[in-house]
Amino acid sequence: MENAIKKYWPVFLLPTLAAFIIGFIWPFIWGIYLSFHKFITVSKTTFVGIDNYIKVFQDATFVDAFWFTARFTLVSTILINVIAFMLALALTRGLKGTNAFRTVFFLPNLIGGIVLGYIWQILLNGILTNLGLPLLALDAKYGFWGLIILMCWQQIGYMMIIYIAGLQNVPGDLLEAASIDGATSFQTLIKVKLPMVMPSITICSFLTLTNSFKLFDQNLALTSGEPAKQSQMLALNIYDTFYARSGAQWKGIGQAKAVVFFLLVIGIALIQLYFTRRKEVQQ
Amino acid sequence: MAKKVYHDGAVSGAKRIVDAALILLLVALCLVWVYPVFLILINSLKLETAISTTTVFELPLGEKFVGLSNYIYGVTQMNFLSSFSYSLIITVTSVLLIILCCSMCAWYITRVNTLASKLMYLLCAFSMVVPFQMVMFTLSKTADTLQLNTPFNICIIYLGFGAGLAVFMFTGFMKSVPLAIEEAAMIDGCNPLQIFFKVVFPILKPTAISTAILETMWVWNDYLLPTLVLDIKKYRTIPMAIQYFRGSYGSVQMGPMMACIMITVIPIIIMYLACQKYIIEGVVAGAVKG
Repeated sequence: MENAIKKYWPVFLLPTLAAFIIGFIWPFIWGIYLSFHKFITVSKTTFVGIDNYIKVFQDATFVDAFWFTARFTLVSTILINVIAFMLALALTRGLKGTNAFRTVFFLPNLIGGIVLGYIWQILLNGILTNLGLPLLALDAKYGFWGLIILMCWQQIGYMMIIYIAGLQNVPGDLLEAASIDGATSFQTLIKVKLPMVMPSITICSFLTLTNSFKLFDQNLALTSGEPAKQSQMLALNIYDTFYARSGAQWKGIGQAKAVVFFLLVIGIALIQLYFTRRKEVQQ
Repeated sequence: MAKKVYHDGAVSGAKRIVDAALILLLVALCLVWVYPVFLILINSLKLETAISTTTVFELPLGEKFVGLSNYIYGVTQMNFLSSFSYSLIITVTSVLLIILCCSMCAWYITRVNTLASKLMYLLCAFSMVVPFQMVMFTLSKTADTLQLNTPFNICIIYLGFGAGLAVFMFTGFMKSVPLAIEEAAMIDGCNPLQIFFKVVFPILKPTAISTAILETMWVWNDYLLPTLVLDIKKYRTIPMAIQYFRGSYGSVQMGPMMACIMITVIPIIIMYLACQKYIIEGVVAGAVKG
Protein backbone atom coordinates (compact mmCIF):
# COMPACT_ATOMS: atom_id res chain seq x y z
CA MET A 1 0.00 0.00 0.00
CA GLU A 2 2.76 2.38 0.99
CA ASN A 3 4.53 1.89 -2.33
CA ALA A 4 1.34 2.46 -4.30
CA ILE A 5 0.80 5.82 -2.57
CA LYS A 6 4.45 6.72 -2.94
CA LYS A 7 4.15 6.64 -6.74
CA TYR A 8 1.49 9.34 -6.52
CA TRP A 9 3.71 11.83 -4.76
CA PRO A 10 3.45 14.44 -7.54
CA VAL A 11 -0.29 14.57 -6.90
CA PHE A 12 -0.36 14.38 -3.12
CA LEU A 13 2.84 15.99 -1.94
CA LEU A 14 4.07 18.26 -4.71
CA PRO A 15 1.45 21.09 -4.73
CA THR A 16 1.78 21.77 -1.01
CA LEU A 17 5.54 21.28 -1.09
CA ALA A 18 5.99 23.69 -4.01
CA ALA A 19 3.81 26.37 -2.41
CA PHE A 20 5.53 25.80 0.92
CA ILE A 21 8.91 26.37 -0.71
CA ILE A 22 7.67 29.55 -2.43
CA GLY A 23 5.75 30.86 0.57
CA PHE A 24 8.00 29.84 3.41
CA ILE A 25 11.25 27.92 2.95
CA TRP A 26 12.84 30.06 0.25
CA PRO A 27 11.88 33.44 1.80
CA PHE A 28 13.14 32.17 5.15
CA ILE A 29 16.55 31.10 3.86
CA TRP A 30 16.88 34.18 1.67
CA GLY A 31 15.96 36.32 4.67
CA ILE A 32 18.79 34.86 6.73
CA TYR A 33 21.17 35.41 3.80
CA LEU A 34 20.09 39.05 3.37
CA SER A 35 20.51 39.79 7.07
CA PHE A 36 24.27 39.60 6.51
CA HIS A 37 24.16 41.99 3.56
CA LYS A 38 23.73 45.65 2.79
CA PHE A 39 21.28 46.33 -0.03
CA ILE A 40 18.74 48.69 -1.54
CA THR A 41 17.52 46.36 -4.25
CA VAL A 42 17.90 42.63 -3.82
CA SER A 43 19.81 42.31 -7.09
CA LYS A 44 22.78 44.23 -5.72
CA THR A 45 23.90 43.17 -2.27
CA THR A 46 27.22 43.59 -0.46
CA PHE A 47 28.34 41.24 2.26
CA VAL A 48 28.84 43.05 5.57
CA GLY A 49 29.21 40.18 8.03
CA ILE A 50 27.51 40.72 11.39
CA ASP A 51 27.54 44.49 10.93
CA ASN A 52 23.74 44.63 10.65
CA TYR A 53 23.33 42.70 13.88
CA ILE A 54 25.63 45.07 15.74
CA LYS A 55 23.57 48.01 14.44
CA VAL A 56 20.35 46.35 15.56
CA PHE A 57 21.44 46.53 19.17
CA GLN A 58 22.75 50.06 18.76
CA ASP A 59 19.35 51.18 17.48
CA ALA A 60 17.62 52.66 20.53
CA THR A 61 14.15 52.34 18.94
CA PHE A 62 14.58 48.57 18.69
CA VAL A 63 15.67 48.20 22.30
CA ASP A 64 12.76 50.42 23.44
CA ALA A 65 10.35 48.42 21.31
CA PHE A 66 11.70 45.23 22.88
CA TRP A 67 11.00 46.42 26.43
CA PHE A 68 7.59 47.76 25.46
CA THR A 69 6.74 44.41 23.86
CA ALA A 70 8.10 42.44 26.81
CA ARG A 71 6.04 44.43 29.34
CA PHE A 72 2.97 44.23 27.14
CA THR A 73 3.34 40.47 26.66
CA LEU A 74 3.76 39.82 30.37
CA VAL A 75 0.76 41.90 31.46
CA SER A 76 -1.57 40.76 28.69
CA THR A 77 -0.71 37.05 29.07
CA ILE A 78 -1.44 37.09 32.80
CA LEU A 79 -4.63 39.18 32.54
CA ILE A 80 -6.10 37.27 29.61
CA ASN A 81 -5.49 33.84 31.11
CA VAL A 82 -6.71 34.69 34.60
CA ILE A 83 -9.90 36.38 33.38
CA ALA A 84 -10.58 33.73 30.72
CA PHE A 85 -10.17 30.96 33.28
CA MET A 86 -12.51 32.66 35.75
CA LEU A 87 -15.13 33.15 33.04
CA ALA A 88 -14.75 29.50 32.04
CA LEU A 89 -15.35 28.46 35.67
CA ALA A 90 -18.46 30.65 35.82
CA LEU A 91 -19.76 29.24 32.54
CA THR A 92 -19.33 25.58 33.52
CA ARG A 93 -21.60 25.86 36.56
CA GLY A 94 -24.74 25.26 34.53
CA LEU A 95 -25.97 28.86 34.85
CA LYS A 96 -28.93 30.13 32.85
CA GLY A 97 -27.91 31.79 29.58
CA THR A 98 -24.48 30.15 29.47
CA ASN A 99 -24.58 29.80 25.69
CA ALA A 100 -25.55 33.44 25.16
CA PHE A 101 -22.70 34.63 27.38
CA ARG A 102 -20.26 32.40 25.54
CA THR A 103 -21.45 33.74 22.19
CA VAL A 104 -20.97 37.36 23.22
CA PHE A 105 -17.52 36.88 24.79
CA PHE A 106 -16.18 35.06 21.75
CA LEU A 107 -17.44 37.58 19.19
CA PRO A 108 -14.49 40.06 19.08
CA ASN A 109 -12.16 37.30 17.85
CA LEU A 110 -13.72 37.33 14.45
CA ILE A 111 -13.13 41.02 13.86
CA GLY A 112 -9.77 41.77 12.27
CA GLY A 113 -6.97 43.58 14.08
CA ILE A 114 -7.11 46.74 11.96
CA VAL A 115 -10.85 47.24 12.52
CA LEU A 116 -10.52 46.42 16.23
CA GLY A 117 -7.77 48.99 16.55
CA TYR A 118 -9.92 51.76 15.09
CA ILE A 119 -12.98 50.83 17.13
CA TRP A 120 -10.99 51.10 20.34
CA GLN A 121 -9.18 54.21 19.24
CA ILE A 122 -12.53 56.00 18.89
CA LEU A 123 -13.85 54.67 22.19
CA LEU A 124 -10.71 55.25 24.26
CA ASN A 125 -10.07 58.73 22.86
CA GLY A 126 -13.67 59.59 23.75
CA ILE A 127 -13.18 58.42 27.32
CA LEU A 128 -9.81 60.15 27.70
CA THR A 129 -11.12 63.47 26.35
CA ASN A 130 -14.14 63.40 28.62
CA LEU A 131 -11.84 62.79 31.59
CA GLY A 132 -9.66 65.70 30.50
CA LEU A 133 -6.66 63.49 29.75
CA PRO A 134 -4.38 63.51 26.67
CA LEU A 135 -5.30 61.41 23.63
CA LEU A 136 -3.91 57.92 23.03
CA ALA A 137 -1.44 59.16 20.45
CA LEU A 138 0.02 61.73 22.83
CA ASP A 139 1.02 59.60 25.78
CA ALA A 140 2.62 56.16 25.51
CA LYS A 141 1.24 55.17 28.93
CA TYR A 142 -2.32 55.34 27.63
CA GLY A 143 -1.23 53.66 24.42
CA PHE A 144 0.12 50.76 26.47
CA TRP A 145 -3.01 50.28 28.55
CA GLY A 146 -5.19 50.84 25.49
CA LEU A 147 -3.44 47.96 23.77
CA ILE A 148 -3.85 45.81 26.88
CA ILE A 149 -7.59 46.50 27.03
CA LEU A 150 -7.98 45.84 23.31
CA MET A 151 -6.04 42.59 23.52
CA CYS A 152 -8.07 41.41 26.53
CA TRP A 153 -11.31 42.23 24.74
CA GLN A 154 -10.22 40.26 21.70
CA GLN A 155 -8.51 37.23 23.21
CA ILE A 156 -10.39 36.44 26.42
CA GLY A 157 -13.28 34.81 24.56
CA TYR A 158 -10.99 32.53 22.56
CA MET A 159 -9.06 31.34 25.59
CA MET A 160 -12.30 30.97 27.55
CA ILE A 161 -13.58 28.52 24.93
CA ILE A 162 -10.44 26.40 25.29
CA TYR A 163 -10.66 26.47 29.11
CA ILE A 164 -14.35 25.51 29.00
CA ALA A 165 -13.48 22.49 26.84
CA GLY A 166 -10.71 21.59 29.29
CA LEU A 167 -12.97 21.90 32.35
CA GLN A 168 -15.68 19.80 30.73
CA ASN A 169 -13.16 17.01 30.20
CA VAL A 170 -12.33 16.74 33.88
CA PRO A 171 -13.68 13.25 34.72
CA GLY A 172 -16.84 13.36 36.86
CA ASP A 173 -15.72 10.57 39.18
CA LEU A 174 -12.69 12.63 40.25
CA LEU A 175 -14.94 15.52 41.27
CA GLU A 176 -17.32 13.12 42.99
CA ALA A 177 -14.46 11.51 44.89
CA ALA A 178 -13.26 14.92 45.99
CA SER A 179 -16.71 15.91 47.22
CA ILE A 180 -17.14 12.60 49.11
CA ASP A 181 -13.77 13.20 50.77
CA GLY A 182 -15.18 16.51 51.98
CA ALA A 183 -13.18 18.88 49.77
CA THR A 184 -14.49 22.44 49.63
CA SER A 185 -15.12 23.90 46.19
CA PHE A 186 -11.94 25.94 46.50
CA GLN A 187 -9.90 22.83 47.33
CA THR A 188 -11.48 20.99 44.40
CA LEU A 189 -10.48 23.85 42.14
CA ILE A 190 -6.85 23.94 43.26
CA LYS A 191 -6.20 20.23 43.79
CA VAL A 192 -8.35 18.62 41.10
CA LYS A 193 -9.51 20.98 38.37
CA LEU A 194 -6.35 23.03 37.97
CA PRO A 195 -3.98 20.06 37.53
CA MET A 196 -6.46 18.40 35.16
CA VAL A 197 -6.73 21.42 32.87
CA MET A 198 -2.97 21.97 32.76
CA PRO A 199 -2.87 21.02 29.03
CA SER A 200 -5.36 23.84 28.31
CA ILE A 201 -3.24 26.23 30.35
CA THR A 202 -0.20 25.20 28.31
CA ILE A 203 -2.01 25.90 25.04
CA CYS A 204 -3.63 29.15 26.14
CA SER A 205 -0.51 30.64 27.64
CA PHE A 206 1.42 29.60 24.54
CA LEU A 207 -1.15 31.24 22.25
CA THR A 208 -1.45 34.48 24.25
CA LEU A 209 2.30 34.76 24.69
CA THR A 210 3.11 34.37 21.01
CA ASN A 211 0.10 36.43 19.85
CA SER A 212 1.03 39.31 22.14
CA PHE A 213 4.68 39.17 21.28
CA LYS A 214 3.98 39.13 17.53
CA LEU A 215 1.21 41.76 17.68
CA PHE A 216 1.17 44.03 14.64
CA ASP A 217 -2.24 45.04 13.21
CA GLN A 218 -3.70 46.27 16.50
CA ASN A 219 -0.57 48.24 17.27
CA LEU A 220 -0.61 49.85 13.81
CA ALA A 221 -4.28 50.80 14.00
CA LEU A 222 -4.54 51.88 17.63
CA THR A 223 -1.45 54.05 18.08
CA SER A 224 0.83 53.31 15.09
CA GLY A 225 3.70 53.78 17.52
CA GLU A 226 2.81 57.34 18.50
CA PRO A 227 4.06 59.43 20.22
CA ALA A 228 7.52 59.36 18.64
CA LYS A 229 7.69 55.55 18.39
CA GLN A 230 7.21 55.21 22.14
CA SER A 231 4.33 52.78 21.81
CA GLN A 232 5.96 50.83 19.00
CA MET A 233 6.17 47.07 19.39
CA LEU A 234 8.83 44.87 17.79
CA ALA A 235 6.81 43.79 14.75
CA LEU A 236 5.89 47.37 13.93
CA ASN A 237 9.47 48.49 14.53
CA ILE A 238 10.70 45.96 11.96
CA TYR A 239 8.06 47.05 9.45
CA ASP A 240 9.00 50.67 10.06
CA THR A 241 12.71 49.91 9.53
CA PHE A 242 11.98 48.25 6.18
CA TYR A 243 9.46 50.58 4.67
CA ALA A 244 9.54 53.96 6.41
CA ARG A 245 13.24 54.74 6.70
CA SER A 246 15.34 55.96 3.81
CA GLY A 247 18.99 55.11 3.55
CA ALA A 248 20.96 52.22 2.10
CA GLN A 249 21.65 50.45 5.36
CA TRP A 250 18.12 50.13 6.77
CA LYS A 251 16.80 47.19 4.74
CA GLY A 252 19.69 44.99 5.83
CA ILE A 253 19.25 46.10 9.42
CA GLY A 254 15.51 45.47 9.16
CA GLN A 255 16.16 41.92 8.02
CA ALA A 256 18.65 41.41 10.85
CA LYS A 257 16.03 42.70 13.29
CA ALA A 258 13.59 40.19 11.83
CA VAL A 259 16.02 37.34 12.46
CA VAL A 260 16.56 38.51 16.05
CA PHE A 261 12.77 38.76 16.46
CA PHE A 262 12.34 35.23 15.12
CA LEU A 263 14.94 33.88 17.54
CA LEU A 264 13.21 35.67 20.43
CA VAL A 265 9.83 34.16 19.51
CA ILE A 266 11.30 30.65 19.25
CA GLY A 267 13.15 31.12 22.54
CA ILE A 268 10.07 32.31 24.41
CA ALA A 269 7.91 29.54 22.94
CA LEU A 270 10.39 26.82 23.94
CA ILE A 271 10.89 28.14 27.49
CA GLN A 272 7.15 28.46 28.00
CA LEU A 273 6.43 24.94 26.71
CA TYR A 274 9.18 23.51 28.90
CA PHE A 275 7.78 25.07 32.07
CA THR A 276 4.08 24.35 31.58
CA ARG A 277 4.56 20.85 30.14
CA ARG A 278 6.42 19.88 33.31
CA LYS A 279 3.30 20.61 35.33
CA GLU A 280 0.97 18.47 33.21
CA VAL A 281 -0.28 15.25 34.78
CA GLN A 282 -0.73 11.99 32.96
CA GLN A 283 -4.38 11.00 32.72
CA MET B 1 -22.99 19.80 25.92
CA ALA B 2 -23.41 17.93 29.17
CA LYS B 3 -23.95 20.11 32.18
CA LYS B 4 -22.08 18.95 35.21
CA VAL B 5 -23.19 20.40 38.49
CA TYR B 6 -21.67 18.94 41.62
CA HIS B 7 -22.90 19.81 45.02
CA ASP B 8 -23.76 17.91 48.16
CA GLY B 9 -27.44 17.33 48.68
CA ALA B 10 -30.12 19.78 47.58
CA VAL B 11 -29.41 23.13 45.96
CA SER B 12 -28.58 25.32 48.91
CA GLY B 13 -29.72 28.90 49.28
CA ALA B 14 -26.13 30.09 49.27
CA LYS B 15 -25.47 28.58 45.87
CA ARG B 16 -28.60 30.21 44.47
CA ILE B 17 -27.46 33.63 45.66
CA VAL B 18 -23.97 33.11 44.26
CA ASP B 19 -25.45 32.05 40.92
CA ALA B 20 -27.74 35.08 40.77
CA ALA B 21 -24.82 37.40 41.55
CA LEU B 22 -22.72 35.69 38.90
CA ILE B 23 -25.41 36.08 36.27
CA LEU B 24 -25.71 39.77 37.06
CA LEU B 25 -21.95 40.18 36.79
CA LEU B 26 -21.87 38.29 33.49
CA VAL B 27 -24.70 40.39 32.06
CA ALA B 28 -22.78 43.54 33.00
CA LEU B 29 -19.64 42.15 31.38
CA CYS B 30 -21.57 41.27 28.23
CA LEU B 31 -22.78 44.86 27.98
CA VAL B 32 -19.18 46.04 28.26
CA TRP B 33 -18.24 43.52 25.55
CA VAL B 34 -20.89 44.70 23.12
CA TYR B 35 -20.55 48.40 23.89
CA PRO B 36 -17.62 49.25 21.55
CA VAL B 37 -19.54 47.97 18.52
CA PHE B 38 -22.69 49.76 19.69
CA LEU B 39 -20.72 53.00 20.00
CA ILE B 40 -19.54 52.75 16.40
CA LEU B 41 -23.10 52.01 15.31
CA ILE B 42 -24.59 55.13 16.93
CA ASN B 43 -21.82 57.35 15.61
CA SER B 44 -22.16 55.99 12.09
CA LEU B 45 -25.69 57.41 12.08
CA LYS B 46 -24.62 60.92 13.12
CA LEU B 47 -24.05 64.11 11.18
CA GLU B 48 -20.34 64.62 10.47
CA THR B 49 -20.12 67.87 12.49
CA ALA B 50 -21.78 66.20 15.47
CA ILE B 51 -18.95 63.69 15.84
CA SER B 52 -16.04 64.64 18.04
CA THR B 53 -14.16 62.99 20.86
CA THR B 54 -16.21 64.91 23.42
CA THR B 55 -19.61 64.06 21.97
CA VAL B 56 -18.83 60.51 20.93
CA PHE B 57 -21.04 59.03 23.66
CA GLU B 58 -24.16 61.00 22.75
CA LEU B 59 -27.02 59.30 20.94
CA PRO B 60 -27.85 60.38 17.39
CA LEU B 61 -31.05 62.28 18.15
CA GLY B 62 -32.92 65.10 16.47
CA GLU B 63 -31.06 66.88 13.71
CA LYS B 64 -27.85 64.99 14.43
CA PHE B 65 -29.44 61.89 12.97
CA VAL B 66 -28.63 61.46 9.28
CA GLY B 67 -29.90 57.95 8.59
CA LEU B 68 -27.84 55.92 6.19
CA SER B 69 -26.15 58.77 4.33
CA ASN B 70 -22.75 58.00 5.91
CA TYR B 71 -23.12 54.44 4.71
CA ILE B 72 -23.86 55.48 1.14
CA TYR B 73 -20.99 57.95 1.11
CA GLY B 74 -18.58 55.50 2.75
CA VAL B 75 -19.41 52.64 0.42
CA THR B 76 -18.87 54.74 -2.70
CA GLN B 77 -15.76 56.54 -1.40
CA MET B 78 -14.09 53.40 -0.19
CA ASN B 79 -15.20 51.40 -3.19
CA PHE B 80 -16.42 48.90 -0.68
CA LEU B 81 -18.03 46.49 -3.11
CA SER B 82 -14.82 45.83 -5.00
CA SER B 83 -12.90 45.46 -1.74
CA PHE B 84 -15.50 43.04 -0.51
CA SER B 85 -15.27 40.94 -3.66
CA TYR B 86 -11.45 40.88 -3.57
CA SER B 87 -11.52 39.77 0.05
CA LEU B 88 -14.11 37.15 -0.81
CA ILE B 89 -12.19 35.81 -3.83
CA ILE B 90 -8.92 35.62 -1.90
CA THR B 91 -10.49 33.95 1.13
CA VAL B 92 -12.52 31.38 -0.80
CA THR B 93 -9.75 30.35 -3.22
CA SER B 94 -7.10 30.24 -0.49
CA VAL B 95 -9.14 28.23 1.96
CA LEU B 96 -10.31 25.73 -0.66
CA LEU B 97 -6.78 25.28 -1.95
CA ILE B 98 -5.38 24.89 1.57
CA ILE B 99 -7.99 22.27 2.52
CA LEU B 100 -7.55 20.25 -0.67
CA CYS B 101 -3.76 20.30 -0.94
CA CYS B 102 -2.97 20.04 2.76
CA SER B 103 -5.34 17.13 3.42
CA MET B 104 -3.72 15.25 0.52
CA CYS B 105 -0.28 16.13 1.76
CA ALA B 106 -1.15 15.11 5.32
CA TRP B 107 -2.47 11.74 4.15
CA TYR B 108 0.70 11.15 2.16
CA ILE B 109 3.04 11.98 5.02
CA THR B 110 1.17 9.82 7.55
CA ARG B 111 0.90 6.82 5.24
CA VAL B 112 4.32 6.97 3.57
CA ASN B 113 7.00 6.61 6.16
CA THR B 114 10.11 8.17 4.68
CA LEU B 115 12.61 10.77 5.80
CA ALA B 116 11.04 13.29 3.40
CA SER B 117 7.66 12.85 5.09
CA LYS B 118 9.11 13.38 8.54
CA LEU B 119 11.03 16.42 7.39
CA MET B 120 7.93 17.94 5.79
CA TYR B 121 6.00 17.44 9.03
CA LEU B 122 8.70 19.03 11.15
CA LEU B 123 9.03 22.01 8.79
CA CYS B 124 5.27 22.56 8.90
CA ALA B 125 5.28 22.56 12.71
CA PHE B 126 8.26 24.93 12.65
CA SER B 127 6.61 27.35 10.21
CA MET B 128 3.71 27.90 12.62
CA VAL B 129 5.95 29.62 15.17
CA VAL B 130 7.95 31.78 12.74
CA PRO B 131 6.70 35.40 12.84
CA PHE B 132 5.58 36.86 9.52
CA GLN B 133 8.09 39.73 9.80
CA MET B 134 10.89 37.18 9.34
CA VAL B 135 9.82 36.47 5.77
CA MET B 136 7.73 39.51 4.83
CA PHE B 137 10.33 41.31 2.73
CA THR B 138 11.70 38.30 0.87
CA LEU B 139 8.22 36.82 0.45
CA SER B 140 6.88 39.95 -1.20
CA LYS B 141 9.90 40.02 -3.54
CA THR B 142 9.40 36.33 -4.39
CA ALA B 143 5.70 36.94 -5.05
CA ASP B 144 6.55 39.82 -7.39
CA THR B 145 9.11 37.78 -9.31
CA LEU B 146 6.69 34.91 -9.78
CA GLN B 147 3.82 37.30 -10.62
CA LEU B 148 1.75 35.90 -7.75
CA ASN B 149 0.52 39.39 -6.98
CA THR B 150 -3.14 39.49 -7.98
CA PRO B 151 -6.19 38.47 -5.93
CA PHE B 152 -6.62 35.54 -8.29
CA ASN B 153 -3.35 33.76 -7.60
CA ILE B 154 -2.28 35.08 -4.20
CA CYS B 155 -3.90 31.88 -2.88
CA ILE B 156 -0.65 30.06 -3.77
CA ILE B 157 1.20 32.28 -1.29
CA TYR B 158 -1.50 31.64 1.30
CA LEU B 159 -1.19 27.90 0.67
CA GLY B 160 2.53 28.15 1.30
CA PHE B 161 2.28 30.23 4.43
CA GLY B 162 -0.88 28.59 5.78
CA ALA B 163 0.21 25.01 5.09
CA GLY B 164 1.81 24.62 8.51
CA LEU B 165 -1.36 24.78 10.59
CA ALA B 166 -3.46 22.79 8.12
CA VAL B 167 -0.98 19.94 7.62
CA PHE B 168 -0.45 19.82 11.37
CA MET B 169 -4.18 19.54 12.09
CA PHE B 170 -4.85 16.96 9.38
CA THR B 171 -1.92 14.71 10.36
CA GLY B 172 -2.99 14.94 14.00
CA PHE B 173 -6.34 13.46 13.01
CA MET B 174 -5.01 11.03 10.36
CA LYS B 175 -2.85 9.24 12.92
CA SER B 176 -5.97 7.98 14.68
CA VAL B 177 -7.64 6.69 11.49
CA PRO B 178 -7.19 2.90 11.12
CA LEU B 179 -5.47 1.62 7.98
CA ALA B 180 -7.92 -1.29 7.50
CA ILE B 181 -10.57 0.63 5.53
CA GLU B 182 -8.02 2.00 3.10
CA GLU B 183 -6.48 -1.44 2.64
CA ALA B 184 -9.91 -2.89 1.93
CA ALA B 185 -10.47 -0.24 -0.72
CA MET B 186 -7.07 -1.06 -2.19
CA ILE B 187 -7.91 -4.76 -2.45
CA ASP B 188 -11.19 -3.81 -4.13
CA GLY B 189 -9.08 -2.20 -6.85
CA CYS B 190 -9.07 1.49 -5.98
CA ASN B 191 -6.01 3.55 -6.88
CA PRO B 192 -4.63 5.96 -4.26
CA LEU B 193 -6.56 8.90 -5.72
CA GLN B 194 -9.85 7.03 -5.49
CA ILE B 195 -8.99 5.85 -1.98
CA PHE B 196 -8.30 9.39 -0.89
CA PHE B 197 -11.41 11.01 -2.34
CA LYS B 198 -13.88 8.18 -1.72
CA VAL B 199 -12.67 6.85 1.61
CA VAL B 200 -10.23 9.15 3.39
CA PHE B 201 -11.59 12.62 2.67
CA PRO B 202 -15.13 11.86 3.98
CA ILE B 203 -13.53 10.71 7.25
CA LEU B 204 -11.48 13.90 7.39
CA LYS B 205 -14.53 16.13 6.94
CA PRO B 206 -14.91 17.36 10.57
CA THR B 207 -11.23 18.29 10.67
CA ALA B 208 -11.58 19.94 7.26
CA ILE B 209 -14.39 22.14 8.59
CA SER B 210 -12.40 23.11 11.69
CA THR B 211 -9.31 23.89 9.63
CA ALA B 212 -11.35 25.85 7.09
CA ILE B 213 -12.77 28.02 9.89
CA LEU B 214 -9.38 28.77 11.42
CA GLU B 215 -7.87 29.56 8.03
CA THR B 216 -10.87 31.72 7.04
CA MET B 217 -10.54 33.77 10.24
CA TRP B 218 -6.90 34.35 9.36
CA VAL B 219 -7.13 35.09 5.62
CA TRP B 220 -10.24 37.29 5.80
CA ASN B 221 -8.71 39.57 8.42
CA ASP B 222 -5.11 39.46 7.21
CA TYR B 223 -3.71 42.89 6.58
CA LEU B 224 0.05 42.79 6.13
CA LEU B 225 0.46 40.00 3.59
CA PRO B 226 -1.95 41.41 0.97
CA THR B 227 -0.62 44.92 1.60
CA LEU B 228 2.91 43.85 0.76
CA VAL B 229 2.03 41.51 -2.09
CA LEU B 230 -0.86 43.18 -3.92
CA ASP B 231 -0.69 46.48 -5.79
CA ILE B 232 -2.55 48.83 -3.43
CA LYS B 233 -3.66 51.11 -6.27
CA LYS B 234 -5.42 48.30 -8.09
CA TYR B 235 -6.53 45.82 -5.45
CA ARG B 236 -7.63 46.56 -1.91
CA THR B 237 -8.98 43.95 0.46
CA ILE B 238 -11.26 45.14 3.27
CA PRO B 239 -8.56 45.54 5.95
CA MET B 240 -6.38 47.35 3.40
CA ALA B 241 -9.25 49.66 2.43
CA ILE B 242 -9.99 50.54 6.06
CA GLN B 243 -6.35 51.30 6.78
CA TYR B 244 -6.02 53.29 3.54
CA PHE B 245 -9.21 55.22 4.19
CA ARG B 246 -7.95 56.12 7.62
CA GLY B 247 -4.35 56.76 6.76
CA SER B 248 -4.52 58.75 3.55
CA TYR B 249 -7.05 61.49 4.24
CA GLY B 250 -5.78 64.73 5.71
CA SER B 251 -8.72 65.00 8.07
CA VAL B 252 -10.50 61.73 8.38
CA GLN B 253 -14.23 61.87 7.81
CA MET B 254 -15.35 60.06 10.91
CA GLY B 255 -18.95 59.38 9.91
CA PRO B 256 -18.23 57.44 6.69
CA MET B 257 -15.25 55.80 8.39
CA MET B 258 -17.48 54.39 11.13
CA ALA B 259 -20.08 53.38 8.57
CA CYS B 260 -17.35 51.41 6.80
CA ILE B 261 -16.35 49.74 10.04
CA MET B 262 -19.98 48.75 10.60
CA ILE B 263 -20.42 47.22 7.16
CA THR B 264 -17.24 45.25 7.73
CA VAL B 265 -18.40 44.01 11.11
CA ILE B 266 -22.05 43.21 10.32
CA PRO B 267 -21.40 40.36 7.83
CA ILE B 268 -18.95 38.84 10.31
CA ILE B 269 -21.54 38.93 13.09
CA ILE B 270 -24.19 37.35 10.84
CA MET B 271 -21.76 34.62 9.73
CA TYR B 272 -20.80 34.00 13.33
CA LEU B 273 -24.37 33.67 14.58
CA ALA B 274 -25.17 31.33 11.69
CA CYS B 275 -22.27 28.91 12.13
CA GLN B 276 -21.38 29.50 15.75
CA LYS B 277 -21.33 25.79 16.59
CA TYR B 278 -18.72 25.00 13.94
CA ILE B 279 -16.59 28.01 14.77
CA ILE B 280 -16.38 27.12 18.45
CA GLU B 281 -15.71 23.45 17.66
CA GLY B 282 -13.03 24.55 15.20
CA VAL B 283 -11.29 26.64 17.83
CA VAL B 284 -11.32 23.77 20.33
CA ALA B 285 -10.06 21.28 17.72
CA GLY B 286 -7.28 23.67 16.71
CA ALA B 287 -6.20 24.10 20.30
CA VAL B 288 -6.10 20.38 21.01
CA LYS B 289 -3.95 19.70 17.95
CA GLY B 290 -1.72 22.72 18.54
